[in-house]
Amino acid sequence: MANADVIVIQGSNMAEAHPVGFQWVMEAKRRGAKVFHVDPRFTRTSALADEYLPIRAGTDIALLGGVVNYILSNELDFREYVLAYTNAATLVSEDFVDAEDAEGIFSGFDPQTGSYVQTSWQYAGQEASSGSGHTAAERETAAGLLHESHGAPVAGAVERDETLQHPRCVYQILKRHFARYTPEMVERVCGVPRERFLELARAWTENSGRDRTGCLIYSVGWTQHSVGVQYIRTGAIIQLLLGNVGRPGGGVLALRGHASIQGSTDIPTLFNLLPGYLPMPQHDAHPTFDAWVESIRHPGQKGFWGNARSFAVSLLKAYWGEAATPDNDFCYGYLPRLTGDHGTYQQVLDMIDGKIKGYFLLGQNPAVGSAHGRAQRLGMANLDWLVVRDLFMIESATFWQRGPEVATGEIVPQECRTEVFFLPAASHVEKEGTFTQTQRLLQWREKAVDPPGDARSELWFFYHLGRKLREKLAGSPLPRDRALLDLTWDYPTHGPHAEPDAEAVLREINGYDTTTGRPLAGFAEARDDGSTAVGCWIYSGVYADGVNQAARRRPGQEQDWVAAEWGWAWPANRRTLYNRASADPQGRPWSERKRYVWWDAEAGRWTGHDVPDFEVSKPPSYRPPPDAVGPAAIAGDDPFVMQADGKGWLYAPSGVLDGPLPTHYEPVESPVRNPLYGQQANPTRKMYAHPVNATNPSPPQEHSQVFPYVFTVSRLTEHHTAGGMSRTVAPLAELQPEMFVEVSPELAVLVGLNHLGWAHLISSRAVIEAKVLVTDRVAPLRVEGRVIHQVWLPYHFGFEGLVTGDSANDLFGITLDPNVLIQESKIGTCDVRPGRRPTGPALRELVSDYRVRAGVVPGGNPPAVTPGVSIETTGSTGEGEGNR
Amino acid sequence: MVDPESRSGSPVAFDPAAAAGWVDAPPRMGFFTDTSVCIGCKACEVACKEWNGVPASGLDLLGMSYDNTGALTANSWRHVAFVEQPRPSGDDSAAPAGAGSTEFLGMPGAAPPGRTGSAHGRSDFRWLMMSDVCKHCTRAGCLDVCPTGALFRTEFGTVVVQEDICNGCGYCVSACPYGVIDRRADDGRAWKCTLCYDRIGAGMTPACAQACPTESIQYGPLDELRDRAAARVATLHERGVPEARLYGHDPSDGVGGDGAFFLLLDEPEVYGLPPDPQVPTGDLPQMWRRAGLAALAMAAGAVAAFLGGRR
Repeated sequence: MANADVIVIQGSNMAEAHPVGFQWVMEAKRRGAKVFHVDPRFTRTSALADEYLPIRAGTDIALLGGVVNYILSNELDFREYVLAYTNAATLVSEDFVDAEDAEGIFSGFDPQTGSYVQTSWQYAGQEASSGSGHTAAERETAAGLLHESHGAPVAGAVERDETLQHPRCVYQILKRHFARYTPEMVERVCGVPRERFLELARAWTENSGRDRTGCLIYSVGWTQHSVGVQYIRTGAIIQLLLGNVGRPGGGVLALRGHASIQGSTDIPTLFNLLPGYLPMPQHDAHPTFDAWVESIRHPGQKGFWGNARSFAVSLLKAYWGEAATPDNDFCYGYLPRLTGDHGTYQQVLDMIDGKIKGYFLLGQNPAVGSAHGRAQRLGMANLDWLVVRDLFMIESATFWQRGPEVATGEIVPQECRTEVFFLPAASHVEKEGTFTQTQRLLQWREKAVDPPGDARSELWFFYHLGRKLREKLAGSPLPRDRALLDLTWDYPTHGPHAEPDAEAVLREINGYDTTTGRPLAGFAEARDDGSTAVGCWIYSGVYADGVNQAARRRPGQEQDWVAAEWGWAWPANRRTLYNRASADPQGRPWSERKRYVWWDAEAGRWTGHDVPDFEVSKPPSYRPPPDAVGPAAIAGDDPFVMQADGKGWLYAPSGVLDGPLPTHYEPVESPVRNPLYGQQANPTRKMYAHPVNATNPSPPQEHSQVFPYVFTVSRLTEHHTAGGMSRTVAPLAELQPEMFVEVSPELAVLVGLNHLGWAHLISSRAVIEAKVLVTDRVAPLRVEGRVIHQVWLPYHFGFEGLVTGDSANDLFGITLDPNVLIQESKIGTCDVRPGRRPTGPALRELVSDYRVRAGVVPGGNPPAVTPGVSIETTGSTGEGEGNR
Repeated sequence: MVDPESRSGSPVAFDPAAAAGWVDAPPRMGFFTDTSVCIGCKACEVACKEWNGVPASGLDLLGMSYDNTGALTANSWRHVAFVEQPRPSGDDSAAPAGAGSTEFLGMPGAAPPGRTGSAHGRSDFRWLMMSDVCKHCTRAGCLDVCPTGALFRTEFGTVVVQEDICNGCGYCVSACPYGVIDRRADDGRAWKCTLCYDRIGAGMTPACAQACPTESIQYGPLDELRDRAAARVATLHERGVPEARLYGHDPSDGVGGDGAFFLLLDEPEVYGLPPDPQVPTGDLPQMWRRAGLAALAMAAGAVAAFLGGRR
């Protein structure tokens, strides 16, 4: 990041939410980089940026699409890079119909399931042989983006037009798709003055090419939307067009939500993944081990997933040790299976419906931190048991006693059936282990002090819970208990509390030879015959030579700027992914200034500042034979080795469930009619028709004016997420001691709000109150000739701790992105009124009153397809309407 | 305005530690706080409280932008000021319509925000942040007036209160030209930043500077910091930030220069700093001389009157 010549921060308040990482933005700025910040309000990040662009929340694709259009219509792309390293030249099926030509819906839409059949999106000639067909089932388990890590399949060679002139080549499709995203349109949709937009577009493109690079930074301001994945895709398209991927000072940087969230996706706490992004098996699709493995590695496919069988076998060997043998498919039968949507929001609704009996909550405070707080609390109030492990007595442990629903009479403490077990947890300074941060860097941390009283580490809790369960089940004849009894559960312990040895766990994650016990040097040593056990294949190498590589702390001044000996980055201690792209197709650095990894012709190998992300002795001139599969099918100038065609995808023929190209849809709740398409919101969004859930109306539905204002929520530097680690600590709590709402002076006048007075905000789910902060940092925007007022709230507050307040997340309903099942919790509509909210039953009456006025039926959803929008159902007519 | 005599001697070479009697004192240490890279994270405030065991200063939402600390007090030894500010007049390239009707003087308004009138496209806006701290003056008023010797000049040239000696008289409070030193309500004693005397004595960096993620707070030998600061101002001027200026760096100012000085992006008043601080005890020698003269004159008058009366 420090090497960037321009930095664009959008969907992220980096200075406030990632102040430590922000030092590298400041370092880049010190070296002369220009920093842009695009955000609905002026934040501490904007204050430090060179340029700030205010934007209407939820319109990022329109702005980024404007940049794509600026690049393509002025031919400012890094042409050599684009031609060689992206799929710009690849021809797309003639069955494909662009959303531009069909009111915002691509070909292949199935209105029955609200999802796409992706056949018509494929590369030309591969409609039947690659990609996926129907995607409705994939959406249920957030399986669409499995291909993000696995590379969507592409069978055989693709047709290309190296002149980029063919009307069906990706370059031309892209150009047509974004042609309407002009500076004028950006101004109309986003409320960004066109001169300011052009300033951004100019700076971004001028700092690209051989000699210059730009870096794009986003965070949950992009992901937590019903079109969030496509926001990021649009950013990635820009970065590919400008040659900013795989090069120093380039990249699309995803800032993670908090410490080791990257680690908790690598070794996942997600329902649909196993360690190292191996997919959780599906009950009906993967009855056998072979069926499961083949679905990952796609026999005959090009790229690096050909070794998936070794990774899968080694994982099962790590789980079940000697019990896992080739004869029993390495205990594949013990793995739990998915039967549908087991995501966190489905679970909450299932709790309300009495389908879930028990719940473990660790490092999470959904009563405050998750969308639709009332649903979260009502769900947790309807369990047999709930285990909460936390540093402090958080809202998710006391909701049954002191929560807002107790005040309204919806939860009666004496009658609440949930038995809550609160177990004190050790904090990060009271236990050892690793953090994996946003750059995939594992850093070991030592224990500084013993945890107080009964507080214990997570490792202690799960190890001893497992030990006791196994003791209780010992000798059980039931087959269902075998999975637990056969587990490898032999971690050495130490100290008075029998704390398991964290390094022993890291060694298992790294992997070892099952006969000699020798730690593996890397995942290339993983075998599919059961001779290796690897807990997480992408982390293999972190314990190479029996040394904790994550604990390395060689100071920066004692090594080069890449600092390869500080911690350990997966995979293979590689700091920049796809770094083959930092050299030109012939393997020479694009420029001296941006030299990073290059081909050393004399030595016959790739070399440079980083570990090359390429087969180290494959020359740039290598061309695969026509029948090659796996890594051998990747040519010497194909840097994107995890993609089946080795190219960066400007256009995604499969893998993204809501379209091969990003398209501007309005947020689910918006006061504005989509200015670009007949289709209002993402037609494939995941909706839950449940009585507890309700959605505010948006145009063209009637009564959207009942909720006329846009609200957005995020963090303050002073607090940590749901507040469990900051509202409980005096030196932090006093820095932001009360819940507040930021409003513009104009809205304050309009609604009658006073600085430091009270306001309450109402949605069709909840009403919350907050102190008013009138500030110039929030400004109304002019959109489509109307003034749109946006307000902002911190989401840190709840009813426990030294400082308390209503929870902003209570205002949200539940609607999810179709690709990853993340909730739209960065934007909603509401009404704002002066004064405090009502209390007791009157509070629910006020919400009901608003629902009646807005015509909201709880449990009903607005139609996925906006009435009046016609649908191209089959997408396989072959008439090529999209290619005029 | 300033009595030249209070600046007498050779200010550049003046070493307060040596003047206080330290022999072979180490170089004078201080803070350079570069507000142009401050991100207002308040890590300095928290680190200071944690290390020094400073008590809580109250759970009050002040409504002063994101500043809920309010001021440097006995219980807040670092204070991050937040100033929300439309562009100073003169830069009206993107000024909202109607904004030109009143001239903005650069002061943080007494009126609530919204003074710009209409706001469409209101983005040429500044949010200034500055971490304020005790200035550890070369000529420290607090030190001069302390009757018990609780306040003393350290070998690093910093000014520290010894809490076991302070008797809570409060003379130092009115003697500080910056309003920094303050008495605690419960015990009455005076407290302020020690520049982490316990840490720097052990060769460590003060807690606030250690915690600062962007090197806005820099700690080091004062001479070195002054050179670094001058270079930073020059760089900012080159890059089109003409408003960058130093504050408290000048050994010839009313306090003989600060041990903790700042790079500001506007007039000091905008940040709540006095534009021309004067050490109130700076005039003491002359005052004593004048008082002595007056006393002599009175005595002479009295004698004369007495003698005259005899006549």
